[in-house]
Amino acid sequence: MFKPGFNKKKAYIDLSGIKKTPLAFDAREGNFSCPACSAWISEAEKLQNNDFCPRCSHHFSVTAWERIYSICDEDTFEEWDANLSSLNPLDFPDYTDKLITAREETLLQEAVITGRAMIGGFDAVLAAMDSRFMMASMGSVVGEKICRAMEGAVKHSLPFIISCCSGGARMQEGMLSLMQMAKTSAAVGRLNDNGLLYISILTHPTTGGVTASFASLADIIIAEPGALIGFTGPRVIEQTTGQKLPAGFQRSEFLLKHGMIDIIQPRLEMRSLLIRLLNVHQGGKHGQKQI
Amino acid sequence: MVKNKFEFESMYRLLETKLEELKELSVSLNCDFSSEIANVERRINELKAERYKHLTPWEQVLLSRDLERPMTRDYIELLCTEFIELHGDRLYGDDHAIVGGVGVFNGQAVTVIGHQKGKDTSDNIKHNFGMPRPEGYRKAYRLLREAEKFGRPVLTFINTPGADPGLGAEERGQAWAISQLLLCLSAIKVPVVSVITGEGGSGGALALTVADRILMLSNAVFSVASPETCASILLRDIKRADEMAVALKLNAQSLLEMEIVDEVIEEPSNENLLDSPAFIKSLESSLKKHLDEVCSQNIQELIDLRYARLMKIGKFNE
Repeated sequence: MFKPGFNKKKAYIDLSGIKKTPLAFDAREGNFSCPACSAWISEAEKLQNNDFCPRCSHHFSVTAWERIYSICDEDTFEEWDANLSSLNPLDFPDYTDKLITAREETLLQEAVITGRAMIGGFDAVLAAMDSRFMMASMGSVVGEKICRAMEGAVKHSLPFIISCCSGGARMQEGMLSLMQMAKTSAAVGRLNDNGLLYISILTHPTTGGVTASFASLADIIIAEPGALIGFTGPRVIEQTTGQKLPAGFQRSEFLLKHGMIDIIQPRLEMRSLLIRLLNVHQGGKHGQKQI
Repeated sequence: MVKNKFEFESMYRLLETKLEELKELSVSLNCDFSSEIANVERRINELKAERYKHLTPWEQVLLSRDLERPMTRDYIELLCTEFIELHGDRLYGDDHAIVGGVGVFNGQAVTVIGHQKGKDTSDNIKHNFGMPRPEGYRKAYRLLREAEKFGRPVLTFINTPGADPGLGAEERGQAWAISQLLLCLSAIKVPVVSVITGEGGSGGALALTVADRILMLSNAVFSVASPETCASILLRDIKRADEMAVALKLNAQSLLEMEIVDEVIEEPSNENLLDSPAFIKSLESSLKKHLDEVCSQNIQELIDLRYARLMKIGKFNE
């Protein structure tokens, strides 16, 4: 495992092969660099192009609220459990400060928004995770809100749809956070017992404990193009195995090829696909509803 | 920061070397040092007991990873009067990082599944250092369904650094294999009792630890991520893993207080676990007690309790 001499000198990991990380904001230019193709794009261009890279159509991250508005019918979203907020149950160093900063920066209480909505005239429970809030890591609140939303779907006999993104379990909550994997998976069991449709949308990036729990347990798993989806992150794999990872490894297209997801759908056509799926799962009687 | 268990054992290791010298001397000089030898032995045991009483969380991490600790196969041999190992996931292969099969414990048919590390380097390569690949989780899944079919209770033994962080594991759906197991265990129609015997590493350990009862050895650990990972991500300094081991509250006592585990089984301080009759007896009787309790319950009630038990985990403001 360890190379000889590992303990003698600091062994630095060679980072030369690893791409620069996402969305470097250049304050002087006012431009973004696309994390996929490195093209420079202005904020105006990005907005104009619906949060896609105009050159390679990479899907930039969007906030949970943007996601919800892009999916549900106008003025139909009714938020649930908006006041649930995290504590620092282990008294973990710096966690309280990180929570405060995340709340201030995102104006969110936590990394997931849940509630009830209409989608193309169909009633559903809808949830969206927000990567700006501590990489949408799953702690007690994220787990609890997702479970309550699933139980709400059971109570009202509604389909459940969640847009996922996450860095995994929230380390600062220790085992309380790891156990949320088991908790959310158990709640998926209740959706199954009640014959309710569960659709998960995997967006960039969905990794770790979220992928290995509720996100991969849906009846239908949809991914956005080019999203990084996996259990172990690519850098950790490279560091521990010393293997060079092939191009496109753990991207949506790779997962589709290996049989792990159902469909890759561009963001602009996500809503129409959801409506068609909801329609078929309710017997397909509605023909083409408003899309 | 100590790097292995030999460092914190150094103070009585020295005495042990001296003791050996004394014994050799008594043979070569043909003198009777028996009272001196007994004295030194007693002192060593006292020191050990004292030292083990005050282990830091980081020292417990090191101890939990010790390859001299018993592994799942040792526990099976110790506790089961009959065991037939079953192999393969019926999909791709057989993973040696997870052993499983059917056997008899406490006069009752059971399915036993657990992580298996090797005892030395070559053995460890065979067992992939106890890091399961998707095949391992899918083998466990298949064995759980078989247990359910025959209404047989399940025992699981946890000791893994985590799931295999490899390219092949990702290609074959590591996350999918783990989540299937979490879902399956959360509602399986047979009682499940888990014992965390060593290193409970992240999702790879959790996949077998969704149970009606969770027991934990006193120097075992169970953590969301290894202290090294946390130190390198949160502090950007892997050498501060010992601080993270404290902050993560990953030892048995903390997890008992958090109500994540139900009972802690005390480990002896001065001998190998398998050489200690008191330890074996307390492990066996705790397992019996918990298994009897869950087996006597109505199965639907048990599943509802298991669900409620999971749902109440988490601390937040409302």
